[in-house]
Amino acid sequence: MIRDITLGQYYPADSILHKLDPRVKLVATITFLVALFLINSWIGYLVATVFLVSVIRLSKVPFRFIVRGLKTIFIILLITLVFNLFLTPGDRVLVQIWKLKITDRGLHTAIFMAIRLIYLIIGSSLMTLTTTPNDLTDGLETLLGPLKKLHVPVHEVSMMMSIALRFIPILLEETDKIMKAQIARGADFEHGNLIQRAKNLVPLLVPLFISAFRRANDLAMAMEARCYRGGEGRTKMKPLIYTGKDYCAYGILLLFLAAIIAVRVLL
Amino acid sequence: MEERKEMITADKLAYNYIKYDEEGREKEKIRAVDGVSFEVEKGDFVAILGHNGSGKSTLAKHINALLTPSEGTLWVNGMDTSDEKNLWDVRQSAGMVFQNPDNQIIGTIVEEDVGFGPENMGVPTKEIWERVEESLKAVNMLKYRHHSPNKLSGGQKQRVAIAGVVAMHPKCIVLDEPTAMLDPNGRKEVIRAVRALNQVEEITVILITHYMEEVIYANKVLVMDDGKVVMQGTPREIFSQVETLKSYRLDVPQATLLAWELKQAGLDLPDGILTREELVEALCRLY
Repeated sequence: MIRDITLGQYYPADSILHKLDPRVKLVATITFLVALFLINSWIGYLVATVFLVSVIRLSKVPFRFIVRGLKTIFIILLITLVFNLFLTPGDRVLVQIWKLKITDRGLHTAIFMAIRLIYLIIGSSLMTLTTTPNDLTDGLETLLGPLKKLHVPVHEVSMMMSIALRFIPILLEETDKIMKAQIARGADFEHGNLIQRAKNLVPLLVPLFISAFRRANDLAMAMEARCYRGGEGRTKMKPLIYTGKDYCAYGILLLFLAAIIAVRVLL
Repeated sequence: MEERKEMITADKLAYNYIKYDEEGREKEKIRAVDGVSFEVEKGDFVAILGHNGSGKSTLAKHINALLTPSEGTLWVNGMDTSDEKNLWDVRQSAGMVFQNPDNQIIGTIVEEDVGFGPENMGVPTKEIWERVEESLKAVNMLKYRHHSPNKLSGGQKQRVAIAGVVAMHPKCIVLDEPTAMLDPNGRKEVIRAVRALNQVEEITVILITHYMEEVIYANKVLVMDDGKVVMQGTPREIFSQVETLKSYRLDVPQATLLAWELKQAGLDLPDGILTREELVEALCRLY
């Protein structure tokens, strides 16, 4: 059933990482990304690896789910690797094939960059794997709360995001329905070249848009009928409250960052 | 505040839909509701019947202050709906349930959706949870509280939508064809939930429908045609006038129709039979 699809790549499991406050996970991901760019030695990477592996173990997410995220960046990874490998000038030439040469510095940077990219992806997909999209929007809304003073519509944007998330499966189902209805009337979505196929999508998109607008109109009315008037004076059913484990996680995060900085400064 | 008996009072209420042409000039005026006066008392179960385009949905939107009258006045729980400062109080006292269950559920989890109304009203967190629990219990959906609304049946979704309104502690619920998109089972579930709210919680119910079987539970029926209220009375009074109803392109419940036909054929049956049981009993009494 099309309605059963899971959005994003959330992997439901009962782990301490799943139960952490989404704000902690957001801050942790950003910190981890920053830390990755601070690393300039193998020992730094050792620290990051130990941290990442223990977080993966804590998350109870199977390793193959985490690696799946790497598939999408495989080509970028390959290009970075090749360019860094062949185009970095260095003192010692290790291998020379025609005009392309691999230097010691080139090898070093290529491996460094590759590890950095891989860790980057693993780190951020760990967050999306352990946090539901709704928790993420909630966390973002609270974290970006101070921006309200600068008249950034934080609440409105997060409300829009969560409504969009709710309607994706509904609109998917509707697309499926319209598609079948148009196929029954002789529409062809599978043959022809790219331009023809794009043209054939018009009878699908027009009804879909009309129905989406109608739904939006209905929903706006239903929200108004239930006293929705923006973020002002609104209370929360599930307010985000830090507990002991969240402070604990912040502590560990701070230690990790300190270790990375120490390695960079001292070595 | 003095205790008043009437929940809703409409006095010569009228509403015009205005169509504009490209230059923004008034092109056409459509009078959707035309001088309607009626009264609904606290705890009433009122059904509004009418053919498509008879203005019943437009009237319903007035009760929730989604529309304000072009002419005349409407009081909800003693508040004039055209007064801007009453807007949120009116919407809180008169909840509204719409036809399409998918387009009125906002939350991604059942309990979050039920909590949406109280959140908007600024109810403290702890009380929101209490309200969510009691309203889900009132519509018998408590065991689905952690489900995604996408996986529920139409009847269940509609009951969630009703719970979402009940959680706002309204005095009155307006249901605008809540069963039109449901299968017979879902329809029964929803009507059962609505009746329970009316009888147990004593919430005033205004049910807009074109299913005659749902009307027999009401204690008052309004029939609308062409923007006007053309008939008013108890279901028994309304359904005993089969011919008048037919002239407004409305059906009567099957049992009523059969009783009427039998009476035309010369059987001595009383007027206004509503249910199959009543008909069986009346027929048995004849012989």
